[in-house]
Order: sequence, then structure tokens, then C-alpha cells
Amino acid sequence: MMIALVLALVVIASVAFHLLSPWWWTPIASNWDYIDNTLIITFWITGVVFAAVVLFMAYCVFRFRHQEGRKADFNPENKRLEIWLTVATALGVAAMLLPGLFVWKQFVTVPDTATEVEVVGQQWSWSFRLPGQDGRLGTSDPQWMNLDNPLGVNPHDPTGTDDVIVEGGELYLPVNRPVKMSLRSIDVLHNFYVPEFRAKMDMVPGMVTFFWFEPTRTGEFEVLCAELCGTGHGFMRGYVQVVEQEEYDEWLQEQLTFAEYANAVPVEDQPTRLAERY
Amino acid sequence: MGDIRHEANAELPPLEVPDVMPPHAHGWWAKYVFSQDAKYIAVQYACTALAIGLVALVLSWLMRLQLGFPGVFDFITPEAYYQFITMHGMIMVIYLLTAIFLGGFGNYLIPLMVGARDMVFPFVNMLSYWIYLLAVLVLVASFFVPGGPTGAGWTLYPPQAILSGTPGGQQAGIVLMLVSLILFIIGFTMGGLNYVVTVLQARTRGMTMMRLPLTIWGIFTATVMALLAFPALFVACVMMLFDRLLGTSFFMPMLVEMGEKLSYGGGSPIAFQHLFWFFGHPEVYIVALPAFGIVSDLIAVHARKNIFGYRMMVWAIVIIGALSFVVWAHHMYVSGMHPWFGYFFATTTLIIAVPTAIKVYNWVLTLWRGDIHLTLPMLFALAFIVTFVNGGLTGLFLGNVVVDVPLSDTMFVVAHFHMVMGVAPIMVIFGAIYHWYPKITGRMLNEAMGQVHFWVTFLGAYAIFFPMHYVGLVGVPRRYYELGEPAFISTPVGGLNAFISVAALIVGAAQILFLFNLGWSLRHGRDAGSNPWRATSLEWQTPDTPPRHGNWGESLPLVYRWAYDYSVPGAAEDFIAQNDPVTPEPPGGRL
Repeated sequence: MMIALVLALVVIASVAFHLLSPWWWTPIASNWDYIDNTLIITFWITGVVFAAVVLFMAYCVFRFRHQEGRKADFNPENKRLEIWLTVATALGVAAMLLPGLFVWKQFVTVPDTATEVEVVGQQWSWSFRLPGQDGRLGTSDPQWMNLDNPLGVNPHDPTGTDDVIVEGGELYLPVNRPVKMSLRSIDVLHNFYVPEFRAKMDMVPGMVTFFWFEPTRTGEFEVLCAELCGTGHGFMRGYVQVVEQEEYDEWLQEQLTFAEYANAVPVEDQPTRLAERY
Repeated sequence: MGDIRHEANAELPPLEVPDVMPPHAHGWWAKYVFSQDAKYIAVQYACTALAIGLVALVLSWLMRLQLGFPGVFDFITPEAYYQFITMHGMIMVIYLLTAIFLGGFGNYLIPLMVGARDMVFPFVNMLSYWIYLLAVLVLVASFFVPGGPTGAGWTLYPPQAILSGTPGGQQAGIVLMLVSLILFIIGFTMGGLNYVVTVLQARTRGMTMMRLPLTIWGIFTATVMALLAFPALFVACVMMLFDRLLGTSFFMPMLVEMGEKLSYGGGSPIAFQHLFWFFGHPEVYIVALPAFGIVSDLIAVHARKNIFGYRMMVWAIVIIGALSFVVWAHHMYVSGMHPWFGYFFATTTLIIAVPTAIKVYNWVLTLWRGDIHLTLPMLFALAFIVTFVNGGLTGLFLGNVVVDVPLSDTMFVVAHFHMVMGVAPIMVIFGAIYHWYPKITGRMLNEAMGQVHFWVTFLGAYAIFFPMHYVGLVGVPRRYYELGEPAFISTPVGGLNAFISVAALIVGAAQILFLFNLGWSLRHGRDAGSNPWRATSLEWQTPDTPPRHGNWGESLPLVYRWAYDYSVPGAAEDFIAQNDPVTPEPPGGRL
């Protein structure tokens, strides 16, 4: 008896929590509202199934609970019912999967107009590299890394000399321009995660990973590392400033290129890394 | 239905393995300690698993203290926090869940339910337990070495798992973890071979595969899967051990750690993830399938009704087992693997939802027009369905590749997998212990303590993990020692986290009551008799309770029917045991 009531209450409380609680996703700041929509479809389908199954169960427990003289039916199989349920389930699953795959195609197809930005993770800070005048990033490899070349830019690659290096600071991005984030790590796995952008991807030492998005509103957004990367994992934060084009251009002007970087910044003035502070 | 039910007139097939009474042990040590009786080995497995599980419980308390009340407990440093989550996860998944379902229930129930005298290889079976115990001791030892246990997360992803930025990475912690896993797999393989061969070769006469109780189908399929999946983990552990101790570079690319170039080069961190999840995803079903099987039997017995759609249930178990080997990379959608993998693994993952849903429908339809006795095993079975449906449905979010992108590595994932492979299977373990404890000990567990245990555990666990999904939806990443109050959170989650932590403390305390009940009822429990639930399957038909060595006295039972003849029309009682040759003539003629 009690359990039938509690089962029904579990459903009611869950739905009420979903609808009434203040905890919901943070407002989106990128083009990936498709992802939010697919998530909403999934919430609806799964929510209906959850309520239906548990309420049906609650009814059965209430209606068919043991009472003096009660005898259960003998009913081994029901082919038609089983097939009907299988087909209905398959359709429901397809209704979630198809939009999901459709959006995934967009997610993994980088538009030609996207500009490339490199993010480099290390325990436990973020660095960034943007293409210079030539619009291209130079090659890089861990073997070139040293104090003057913290991102391992290939000094023999002419396309790299004008690359803009931003170490341990903030990344500026122009609003409404698609951007391809090329992700690298120089030590362990990290993950570049900005909740408002909805997108994230691991950064893996030894390879370059990517995702793309288009910032759709200006503001300051916090970057969190989303792949366990050691003791300082929870403290590996950074900021992305999404700004209007003019402000972005100004900011870009102030940054040092790779060629300038090694000569211009005395070691003691370089931003301290969390790894040292920690 | 003729092939699984009434077949009283059919010839009983000959025994495949001759009926030989296994040699009785002499002396206390051989009988109770180095026992080769599967029933003793089962209890040894279960007690060891529950003991190490208690450690995992305390660790979960500690990590919840940090998450609920950050900054209050000075002794919980980031290092300690990561060690707690790592050891909690690994203990629960491997050393508790896998060990108790297969080593515990597998050992106890397989010989009894298939009508065998014991496992086919009793000596190897004994070795299996002792190697498992050794694995547990090595694991426990890592708490006492300098640097403590590994804090690499239970997934042990390299490179961080073996570098100095991770607790235990450059000390003994990770080495002991890997050695312990290798030992566990060796021990499990010995037991696993036994379970498979016993089910295939030592079933008594008349016990066809399609008459096996679903408990055995679940354990059998899970064991086959484990024998195929654990080698991937074994290989991964051995290679990582080489990377750590010998300086090889299986999983280690060229990298610079804290400004210092290491001598590694050419390895692939992603290769480890593929190996790990090739084991790791089947592992979910290695835990789930025995739970599916057991809960089917609990529902049938306590609703006094045959399980609905038995053949569909068997095939669903087998299909889920097979499919679970081609879904592993849904754990890696944002790992940086080739994005085209996403299409394949999202599709296979969502396909697996169909046979899983069929199982849920059939459990619920078994309740329909049943005669539902709200015993403790039934209550836990109902709690299992609620939590499993909840956790299974959130799997459809995470399996659907693009929906996973914002949610992966957040608390949503933590909530999902705890609900589906933590809470749900543990509900079945509890239900199963309340169900079979009378056979194992001859006494019933205390009902009042059991009721308290049930209500606190079910409602408490739901109160922990349901709201946790929304913490993840807000965007809170998992494995964060301390989040602070970042700007993306409009409504702070601190209060919710404190609520979850308090609920976790209470639910944990209820488990201590349960453990107390296990001991208390051993002496003070009501006498159970041989078949207190009036169940049909063979383990309830033994001549002695608890069953003696050899299980069946003079001669093996003969099986005439499936395990689900409950409330058969025309029968005198509402159950007909599998070894009962009398087939009632139903009022309306044969079915």
C-alpha cells in the first residue's frame, strides 16, 4: 500500500523538481542551440516514459497486492503485446537519435569561414595562440619547448613567427564569427570547457583535437578544465572575453608575436602559472 | 510453450557429467577456511566484498563532506579528495559489485539452481577466492604506503595516472592499483571458467538451458562477457605498469611535465582509453545482467506469477551482452577520437536501449494481475525498477553523441551512472540477500530492521542522485575539489550539495544497520524452514537447509518444468517446484 503511494509520489516529486526548481542550464552564448533543443526533446520523451512506467507499476502494486484469496493470472507470453512494445520503443529511440546525429554532423563539420585559435593546456593553466598577418598557425612540437618558447612553436617554420602568443591570460574572441578551436596539451589530458558555449573537447598530448562554435553574445565567460588532470584540476580556470570586432582588433594589436615574445618578456615578468603558485 | 513448461512425459536426457559426490573435507581448516565448497566460497567472497565495500562507503562520506561543506574539513586536501573518489569508484565497481554478483551469488546459486553437487573445478574455485582476497589486500595496502593510494580517478587515464601531478603517480599508489587489478583478473578468470563450465556441463537431468531460472542466465552471460572483457583491462594494466616502471611508452607521447621534458615518446593516451572502455562498458552489463536475472526471479516469486515473456527475457540478456561489446566508445565522445566514430557508437548505444526496455516492460507486466506480496525482496525489486528506469533513461541523453557534449564530464554523468549501475544493482543485491539469506543460514533476516533499511536506502539514494543530475545540467564539472561560485551559475548549487551530502550520510548509516542485521539474525532470526517463500527453483528444494556439502543428499534432483510455474490453473498450490513430476490438468484442457 505504502509503497504504491510512495512510487506515485516519486514521479510527482521528480516532475515538480524538474519544472519548479531554479537549477537549469546557464543561458547559451553560442550557435549550439540545436544541442539544447535535442536535449529538450530527450527530456520530454524520457520524462513521459519514466512517469508512465513508474505510475503503471504503482497502480499494479496497489491493485494486485496480496489479499486473502487472491490468485495471480497464469500468462507466460503475449507475442502481439511484446512486438508492439518493441516497435514503439524503437520509434521513440529513433526520434531521439536522428536529430542527434543530424546535429552531430554540424558539430563536426567546421565551416570554411572559421578562424583558427589554438588552446594549449598544461598543469594547470591555459595558453593561447592566434594566427598573425598570414592567417595561419605555424607548426609546433613538444621538442621545441623551453622557457622562451613555452608552446613549442617550430622556430624554423616561417608561418609561425607572426603567431600571437597569449600565455596564462585571457582569450579574446570576436562576436558572431565562427571559430575553430585547435586543442593541444603539453603534459596530460585536459578539456576546454565553457558552459555557455555548450561545446567541449579533450586536449590530448601528442595530437591536435578540435571543435568549432560561433559566439553569439559578448561577455566574460569562465573556462574550466573538464578532464581530470591531477591535483590542481579544479583550479585550472581561465577566461574568454567575447567582444565586438573593433575591441578584438585592438586587443590583438597589444599582444606579442612569437618572434617578439622570446626577446621581449623578461622571465620575471611572465605571468606566474598556477603550477608554481599552487 | 511446451518446450519450457510441461514436459513430464518426455524422456529425461542422460547426465553429461556423472554424478560423483565431491570428496568431503576433513578438519576445520579445510572445511571452513580453505573450503572447496562453492557455498562457503560464496560466503567468503560476499563477506570480503562487503568489508571492502564498507571502506568505499566511508570514502564516499568523506568526498561528500568536501562537496557539501567545502573548506570546513581541513584534512580533506585536494590530494586526499582525488584519492577518495578514485578508490571509492574502483572498489565499488570491481571489488564489490563484480565480486559479489559473480563470486558471491554466482558461487552460491549456480550449483544449487542448476542441480549440481558443486562447481566443476572446486580446487580452482577455492584458488579464485584466495587470489581475490590477495588483490583486495594489495589494494588496501596502497592506503598505507608513502604517498597513499592513487588519485588518478577510477578510469586511471594516462599520462596523468603515472605522473607526479597526481597523488600516487610517481609513488607506490598506482603500482599497487595496477598489480591489484591484475591479480583480480587472474582470480576472476579461475572462478569465471568454473561458472561457465558448470552451467554448460553440470546441469542436472531435465534442466535444459531454456528451463534455467533467469538468475542463472544473467550470471552465466555476465561471466562469459567478463571472460572476454577483462583481458582488455589486463593488457592495459600490464602496459601501463611497464610505462610506469620500465619507462616504455605504450600510452605516453612526448611530453613536458612542469617545464621538464620527459623521456617518453610515441605512445597514445587514447589507446588506453579504448582498451579501458572495451572492458569498461561490458563491465556495466557484467554488473547489470546478474541484477536483471536476479530481479526477474525476485519479482516472479514474490508476485506469485510466472515471469512475463521468459524467452524474450533470455534473448534480451544475450543480445544486450553481445551489443555491449560494440558501444564502448560512447564513453569517449569528447576524447578527441575521430568524430565519425560518434555516428556508429551513438547508433549502437541507442539500439541497446530496445532490448533493455523490453526487460523493463516484462518486469512490470509480470506485476500485472499478480498476487503481489510486499516482502522485503519485492520492495527492493520495485526500488530497482524505479532507479534503473531513471538511470537508463538518462543514458539516452549521454549515449546520443551530441547531447553528451555539454553533459559529459559534469555531475550529470556522475548522477547517471550511480543511479544505473550503483543504486539499481545494489537494490538487487539487498533484495537478493533478504531473499536467499534464509537458505544460506536457515534463518530470516529481521523484518523491522529490514524495513528501516529499505525506506532509508531507497528514498535516500533517490534524493541523492536525482537532484545531482540538475547540478550537472547547470554545468558543474565532476571531479572538482572545489568549484567556488563561477559566474555561469545563476542559482548557487551549494545548498543542494549540502542536502545531497546529508542524505548520503544518512543512507550510509542505514547500511551499517543492514550489516548489523546480517550478524544479529544469524543468532536471533526467525527459523526459516526449507522454502519460506514457497519458490519453485531447485535451491529451495534441497534436503537440508542450509544445504550440506554435495547439496542433494543421495541423488540429484530431476527437473520436469521451468522455474516459473506459479499460480498454475488447476494446481493445488500456487507454485509447483521444478523437480515436481506432477503436472496438473488445467480446467480448460492443456495450455
